[in-house]
Amino acid sequence: MKKKLLSVLLSTAMVAALATGCGSSKEAAAPAADTTEEAADTEEAPAEDTAEAPAASGELIKVGIINNDPNESGYRTANDKDLKATFTEENGYDASFAYSLKNDEQITAAQKFIQDGVDYLLLSAADTAGWDSVLQDAQDAGIRVILFDRTIDADESLYEASIVSDMDKEGETAVEWLKGQGLSEYNIIHLQGVMGSAAQQGRSGALDAAVASDGWNLVTQQTAEWNAEKAQQIVQSVIDSGESFNVIYAENDDMAKGAVAALDKANISHGVGKDVIVMGFDCNKWALEELLAQNWNYDGQCNPFQGVYIDEVIKKLEAGETLSEKVIIMDEKGFDAETITQDEVDIYGI
Amino acid sequence: MQTKVAKKSNLSDFFMKLVKNQCFIPLAALLLLVVFNLIADPTFFKITYGFNSAGNPVLSGFLITILDSGSELAILAIGMTLVTAATGGQDISVGAAIAISGSVLLRVLCGTDSRPETLQTPIIVAFLVSCVVAMLFGAFNGVLVAYFKIQPMIATLILYTAGRSIAAWINNNELPVISEPSFSYFGEFIPGIPIPTPFFIAVICMIIIGIVLKVTNLKLFTQAVGINESSSRLNGLNPAFIKVLSFVILGLCVAVVGLIKVSRISTINYSVIAKDIEMDAILAVALGGNALSGGKFNMAASIIGAYVIQCLTTTLYKFNVQSDALPAYKAIVVILLVVASAPAVREKFSSLTKKLKVKEVA
Repeated sequence: MKKKLLSVLLSTAMVAALATGCGSSKEAAAPAADTTEEAADTEEAPAEDTAEAPAASGELIKVGIINNDPNESGYRTANDKDLKATFTEENGYDASFAYSLKNDEQITAAQKFIQDGVDYLLLSAADTAGWDSVLQDAQDAGIRVILFDRTIDADESLYEASIVSDMDKEGETAVEWLKGQGLSEYNIIHLQGVMGSAAQQGRSGALDAAVASDGWNLVTQQTAEWNAEKAQQIVQSVIDSGESFNVIYAENDDMAKGAVAALDKANISHGVGKDVIVMGFDCNKWALEELLAQNWNYDGQCNPFQGVYIDEVIKKLEAGETLSEKVIIMDEKGFDAETITQDEVDIYGI
Repeated sequence: MQTKVAKKSNLSDFFMKLVKNQCFIPLAALLLLVVFNLIADPTFFKITYGFNSAGNPVLSGFLITILDSGSELAILAIGMTLVTAATGGQDISVGAAIAISGSVLLRVLCGTDSRPETLQTPIIVAFLVSCVVAMLFGAFNGVLVAYFKIQPMIATLILYTAGRSIAAWINNNELPVISEPSFSYFGEFIPGIPIPTPFFIAVICMIIIGIVLKVTNLKLFTQAVGINESSSRLNGLNPAFIKVLSFVILGLCVAVVGLIKVSRISTINYSVIAKDIEMDAILAVALGGNALSGGKFNMAASIIGAYVIQCLTTTLYKFNVQSDALPAYKAIVVILLVVASAPAVREKFSSLTKKLKVKEVA
């Protein structure tokens, strides 16, 4: 019984997932119509630009959005929320969403969207490889592809634009800030994310470079795999062994939080003007609040708000303009506990 | 002359008994680690008395860390031992179930506001609710295993895959943060008591399970079901019920660990909380010398096994071994255990000891 129930549930879930893309199968039946429609769209674009939303009611721009599972992290949740808020009917879009952490499922979803004849395919790929053929199909069908958040290993001609965070720059901004603190010596506990991830590589790379060039001392360099508990154990073990340190460079907020828990236990003061500098990344709201309370010193942003950028790109393309650059790097901030304000916490906290 | 011989045989008897005792394997492993640390760096055993940032007295040092972090594992090992003994399989959904019970706990504590100034419900109520939920999920696993005869690892794979998403869904994908200081007592320290609370919680669990095993027939029944299901049925037992019961008890253990884990950082991260803890829990059972194919079990050995694993983890952290290499070291332990408990090796070993005995008599 349980087993049956489960399979019923699973199949309904699958059907529901499909249904999001099934809305207009008529258009899918006639792929030739797509190209004409595409042409019509570009013609109408200027009108749409001026009259923006309500007038365009019948002529919504169809976008298919393929994203990672919003449960993956706070970052992804904020990203998904932002996209949903941007691509609304009021803004002139007819958006369908598909979520998966698996590349093959994402590719299937992409094929589905191509059949449905969307105008734009927005893609945050789970994996960098394996996208060539499906993107070629999209191109043949006159669908324009915009990558967001993650890049892929495919020919540049296959997509219009790629809107990404520059992880290297995030790391460099943070390390610049740390250099600016002018400590007499730098004894750093470096808590890394899951090894090999883009965020880890960018954020570690900048610190490693500074360690090599400025003679900073890494007390320990360990991966805590984005995990607060692991970070706590690693920092605890450094404290237990009696080594001294004055900087915690954690590659996300969770790990910084775990580290701080270990510091509190050992009565080591941390924050603005205290013994240990605490640095985190991702700008979770609670983390920025810690900054505001001056318990932490720095938090680097990894901007999840790509909606505005994508919207701008689509508007430009619809207006027939060409993009000056394919790769668009988003602005990302680094917050200092000494200067952060409540407004910034509200705006940038995810 | 005669007394000398008697003494000698007594000694070898004692030695044999020691080796035969199930606690021997984990204790030997523990001894190995202790000796290693003693030689490598005796400061491993240093315990210092100090105060935390809230001004409460705390003990700190590697040994305290082991007691602290190992306690979660010890509690899980209790439940995992029962499941292993009754079903001859393991529950791999423990980590996901901890995420669920932790999520429920926070949900009940916070209500709809993810950042409450004050707690919406007393902690004990929230804990009881999370216990009930965790036991229900345990029962779900148990029913799949006992009534649908699905292999435990496959049955629990369902929750393993879906659990963390369910946990996120329970809290609408938000990450509640609790600012109430008394909530952190369960994972940290109770003011005035310098020993970490998880250790006390683990001791309470051990006492409870000790009493249950002594007073009730749980141990006998579980072993009977594990050794031979049909013969236990013929003897009037209900094997399916015993199996479900073992999963429900594991569910209870999961809820307790969920409380400790969530309390440690006063918040939750669905995708990483208690990640891979199921493997450590299973390893604790194996290290305790319990047959992973079910049947006889020794609870004390499993619990010691749990602390040994934490001791290994802490030792590796101390020597700055890359933390993503930790599983490799644990894998070595698993290989040694599996080889040591393989029938072929055991036969060799027993024939060897027999030969020795024959020689002695001669």
